[in-house]
Amino acid sequence: MLRLAARRFGAMILIMAVVSFILFLIFETDKLAVAGKVLGPYSSLEQRELWLEREGYNRPFLVRYGEWVTDALRGDFGESIRFKAPVADLLWPRLANSAILAGLVFLLMIPLSLLLGVLAGMREGSLLDRGLSFLSILTTSVPEFASAAFLVALFVFELRWLPGTSAMTGGFDWSQLVLPVAVLVLYDFGYVARMTRASMAEVMTSHYIRTAILKGLPRHRVVLRHALRNALIAPFTVIVLQLNWLLSGVIVVEVFFAYKGFGALLYDAAMFGDIYLIEACTMVAVFVAVFSQFVSDVGYTLLNPRIRFAGSTVR
Amino acid sequence: MRRLRAPGPGEAASAATALRRALGSLRESPLAITGAAILAFWLAMAVLAPVLPLADPNLPLEPLRPPLSVGADGSTTFWLGTDIKGRDVLSRLIWGARRVLVWAGLATLAAYLVGIAMGLVAGYRGGWWDEALSFLANLLLSFPVMVLYIVVITRIGASPINIVLAVTFASAPAIMRIVRGLVLDLKTRDYVLAARTRGEGALWIMFVELLPNARGPLIVDACLRMGYTTIALATLGFLGLGLPPPDPDWGAMIAETQPMGAFAGHAMLFPALAVSSLVLGFNLLADGLREISLRD
Repeated sequence: MLRLAARRFGAMILIMAVVSFILFLIFETDKLAVAGKVLGPYSSLEQRELWLEREGYNRPFLVRYGEWVTDALRGDFGESIRFKAPVADLLWPRLANSAILAGLVFLLMIPLSLLLGVLAGMREGSLLDRGLSFLSILTTSVPEFASAAFLVALFVFELRWLPGTSAMTGGFDWSQLVLPVAVLVLYDFGYVARMTRASMAEVMTSHYIRTAILKGLPRHRVVLRHALRNALIAPFTVIVLQLNWLLSGVIVVEVFFAYKGFGALLYDAAMFGDIYLIEACTMVAVFVAVFSQFVSDVGYTLLNPRIRFAGSTVR
Repeated sequence: MRRLRAPGPGEAASAATALRRALGSLRESPLAITGAAILAFWLAMAVLAPVLPLADPNLPLEPLRPPLSVGADGSTTFWLGTDIKGRDVLSRLIWGARRVLVWAGLATLAAYLVGIAMGLVAGYRGGWWDEALSFLANLLLSFPVMVLYIVVITRIGASPINIVLAVTFASAPAIMRIVRGLVLDLKTRDYVLAARTRGEGALWIMFVELLPNARGPLIVDACLRMGYTTIALATLGFLGLGLPPPDPDWGAMIAETQPMGAFAGHAMLFPALAVSSLVLGFNLLADGLREISLRD
């Protein structure tokens, strides 16, 4: 078990290292444009070259990469050329805002999708089951920006119940979080519910459940004590991996509602060509994705007794 | 589950029967029929766009007219209204369908060519080929999709070709994983051994023996992936990183209207409906096809 975790952890570090190297390499070719953005459009080529020289951009690539990595490990991600501030100072508050958004999404999505999935999986082929399967296909077909457009048209323009932007210029405001959270829950819950349903349906047809029913246990006891335990292992993985998808959705939703989160920061940085900021944001995004993969792998092994006990001999 | 058999000389004929059977069982699934109908509608719109009596999609006429309003000349009707620049929304919607279907199709095709080649080699060759290709795939899959799109496209610029390239980067690794898994299963079959004994080359075995037998799950996945790619293209359009203006793009239509949305809700809602219905079509059809392949 520990060896598996260590190996997965090693793979995760390796991926992060390679991604960071490639990222640094990709943006390396853009140095003159950086100088141009700092010095303004009317700066001459010589001025730009001089600035690059003075700021140490012309030192060997590997030296600069090594410096960037060691600084980043110490929490210093360089300076944003657009905001003229340390990247770390910009990053953390934005990450906190996105964490609030993602946290609320999970808080609503997990109970909703598990409940619907379990209820549908308990009675395969029932009206609820077929209804859920259609509903989840429908909601996963509507891209985030489209459902945002629908919800804004209804709740902002038509009913005037909610604000249409979430910039929080006048301080923190819960009502501004309603639509972004709703959009993300709407897009994400269907997939988790379907996976839960499939897992539950499979467990319900297994021999030990049939035995439990045949020996006369009450149905709620069979479901709660015997079926759920095993049926919820697979959805755990799905939910953790959902973080990866959520991150993509978060970018779109934050841009749509002008929410000051991490996704919007990444988008702004990329659109402006703010190299250190893009690199830091991308690394954070990749870290979240790779780390959730790690957690789901290790967690699945921990939760699934079949792998847990077999693991010590096989792996 | 999947029907596994050696492809023989009667391959073409049996493919035709398989198709007929698939269409036959499609008829039993109302959801799949609905999906196919939605797709047929958008395909027809996309093909017929040049011959339909539509206004020029990029020509400013009268700004912000509501749906079903009649133009100042008294003869033109704006069925779905006009946008903030005065362009006919219906015309932009239909030309937008043509554009998104063409480029999503090309992008998915490119991703499939690369993904299938990678998966066949990784699965059939195994060893170092597999290690290297799987690491490459893991590397690309470690990016949240939208982050990969944004980084790649802001770096290389938003041209149609670059978007095809970005979709290939984002989708090929996932396709590779599917193909690799199928090949690992299929390559132990007797007909592969027979082909190897006959002295067939690796390329022949990969493309003639393995690939045709892996088609079932791949067709379902391709259908789903067309939906994903449509979402990706439209989302990129919304973020200002999609197919370049002024030609219509559903995502960009929403982004253009959003600041003035209170006065032009229709110019935001119709593109949102269009993209959702198209993706729904792909997803319903994929679901129906999967059900059919499970039943066989």
